[in-house]
Amino acid sequence: MFAPDVLPLIFAFLMGLSILLYVILDGFDLGVGLLFPFSEPEERDRMVASIGPFWDANETWLVLAIGILLVAFPAAHGAILTALYLPVAVMLIGLILRGVAFEFRAKAPLVHKGRWDAAFFTGSLMAALSQGFMLGLYIMGLRWGWAEVAFALLTAGALTVAYSFIGAAWVIFKTDGALQRKAVTWAQGGIWGVVIGMGAVSAATPLVSARIFDKWFRFPEIVTLAPLPLMAGALVALLWIALKRLPAPGDHFAWFPFAGATALMVLGFSGMAYSFFPYIVPEKLTILEAASSTESLSIILVGTLIVLPVILCYTVLAYTIFRGKATALRYD
Amino acid sequence: MDTLILSRIQFAANISFHILFPTITIALGWVLLFFKLRYNRTGERKWMDLYMFWVKVFALSFAMGVVSGITMSFQFGTNWPGFMETVGNVAGPLLAYEVLTAFFLEAVFLGIMLFGASRVPGWVHTLATVLVAFGTTMSAFWILVLNSWMHTPAGFELRDGVVHATDWMAIIFNPSLPYRLVHMLLASGLTVAFLIAGISAYRWLRGDHAPAVASGLRFGVILGATLIPLQILAGDMHGLNTLEHQPQKVAAMEGNWETGPNVPLVLFALPDEAARENRFEIGIPSGASIILKHDPDGVVPGLNDFVAADGTVLHPPVAPVFWGFRVMVGTGMLMLAAGAAGLWFLHRRGATALPRPYLMALVGMTFSGWIATLAGWYVTEIGRQPWLVQGVLTTADAVGPVAAGMVLTTLLAYLAVYAALLVAYVGVIFHLARKGSFFAPPVTPALQPAE
Repeated sequence: MFAPDVLPLIFAFLMGLSILLYVILDGFDLGVGLLFPFSEPEERDRMVASIGPFWDANETWLVLAIGILLVAFPAAHGAILTALYLPVAVMLIGLILRGVAFEFRAKAPLVHKGRWDAAFFTGSLMAALSQGFMLGLYIMGLRWGWAEVAFALLTAGALTVAYSFIGAAWVIFKTDGALQRKAVTWAQGGIWGVVIGMGAVSAATPLVSARIFDKWFRFPEIVTLAPLPLMAGALVALLWIALKRLPAPGDHFAWFPFAGATALMVLGFSGMAYSFFPYIVPEKLTILEAASSTESLSIILVGTLIVLPVILCYTVLAYTIFRGKATALRYD
Repeated sequence: MDTLILSRIQFAANISFHILFPTITIALGWVLLFFKLRYNRTGERKWMDLYMFWVKVFALSFAMGVVSGITMSFQFGTNWPGFMETVGNVAGPLLAYEVLTAFFLEAVFLGIMLFGASRVPGWVHTLATVLVAFGTTMSAFWILVLNSWMHTPAGFELRDGVVHATDWMAIIFNPSLPYRLVHMLLASGLTVAFLIAGISAYRWLRGDHAPAVASGLRFGVILGATLIPLQILAGDMHGLNTLEHQPQKVAAMEGNWETGPNVPLVLFALPDEAARENRFEIGIPSGASIILKHDPDGVVPGLNDFVAADGTVLHPPVAPVFWGFRVMVGTGMLMLAAGAAGLWFLHRRGATALPRPYLMALVGMTFSGWIATLAGWYVTEIGRQPWLVQGVLTTADAVGPVAAGMVLTTLLAYLAVYAALLVAYVGVIFHLARKGSFFAPPVTPALQPAE
């Protein structure tokens, strides 16, 4: 019922969409965890309150992304995950720690709260660093050499700072008063991580592969693709100016850093997707080669096309219900 | 130790840790809905007190379940790439439907259920509670479909060594699914029943005699007493289904070596796989034949039938299956006794005058559901060995090419984290029980935010 060549492309698109949504959504709540050491204990409750209703659903996008990889591209799934065995384990332990610390810090005896706050930060840091490391290693073609690992360590640091930037932008958006002013200063520092990270990835990707170099720098692509980096540069400049002036009277533009950070992540992700297409394991396995059988993909696609819009609707509903500035989280 | 055994231990550790929490949340979601509906209907504060107390346990258990579940979705790829490569065409869509129809539903509406009570109309909050409970049950349904299919595969054909789906209805409603699903849902209900009874008994013994505590005790005991006979019946039917499809597993459960009639029900033995016999066996004559065939002369399969001519053993390791089965059934019998005694005491003395020794026994059985559930899963999963997918794929053929040292490192890290979290989880539940929980009128400022 679907053309065999189209199905894998649809699933590659859906997987890309899930990863992008994950990086933005879990990015901001991981970022909030990364900012814990810079905040006072009494500010942390409010920071946690700002992500409380969302973090679980945010993390589900990672499960969907890995699920699509597992389901639609079984050959790539094995190749990528066995190559990334250790960073995946570090990420998983990090996600476990922060997910449960979130609950424990509010329910454990008060004297243990500081310890769970530390676990929340440590877990967020492990998850962010390992995701950045995997990104770098993936760009380097999943090879474990000295140069590749050095680059992966650079991207690990950069993505971590980038997450703390979008986390700070979220805190600017969802809080007010002293905490919001503090978050503006966090964002002013964090934006450099975004610049360095995106710069390093943009510079390294074409150098690793002649194919990717050619895709970007041949004529006419060099002209037609120019808006991507130019828009990213303009956004960074705008963000920089905005962060100098925030918080504005009447809380105007408090949403802007978060929107800007989201737009930057979309731009960066699109650029990477363009570079690697049509490969799913860089330079080794294409989307079509890795895809599983057409019948199975069809049956998943039918469900996806019905359910995904519903998921998006009720996700929007949840964000609408919890719109506005974050207040203390209570069950009643 | 090689990569295979280390990967098996690692997956077993992860899945054992994971199942503890869905076992609680599947049934607790519906129990919370019950508390909420009772409050809506009667307006009695104790129901809201109960809701407020158990929703905290639910949130904590849910978080533990989510994060440990993510771990497993990755381990398919990191440790068992052969699984998806061989049966991905069946397992993939089932896992995808779990994520799409269950994970997002429960995750999104959990936020509204936990923190939205003051932000949405009452009926929306009740609806969110329904959707969370429904989501956890759907999640259990899909994962048990896949698990049952691995035990009793149907609706597929093999082409070039790869499984292709031919009939999705046959795959989803494969022969062991109905039994396994009912057995697991009842197990979840029993786990929650004894958890609520045990924690309420603990609070009562500490002098917390609030109406909510007495109602919790009554609710837990009655729920447990109602479900345990059903569970014994469901377990028996599941066993007969296993006898039909995986006789080698039943032979190991019974510790029976030779096929024949008048097989005893072995109560105690030390199965010796080297000598292929039981040592120190104590049994009830013809008991197993009566249970499995409903006839003392019924022929029960023995383990010796599952050894190939060249000596290859095609049945599971006997001792863990044999003992796992006895731990599960023994715990079930304790639950039956506790449930029956509870009904008697409730009838004669009421929930506020239960005898102290009985309350102490309930505290001791707080986590008895976990023990029975884990023992039962060990029986069925170890009982499937050496197969990963019965008759299609062996565990040894699915393992990935990761270095043993690397698996050992991650295994130790996971074990350390799991042990610490388990201690913290049980500790916090008893801490919450000591603190008690009361439905605060909305005007009171929160003492502890984000709770």
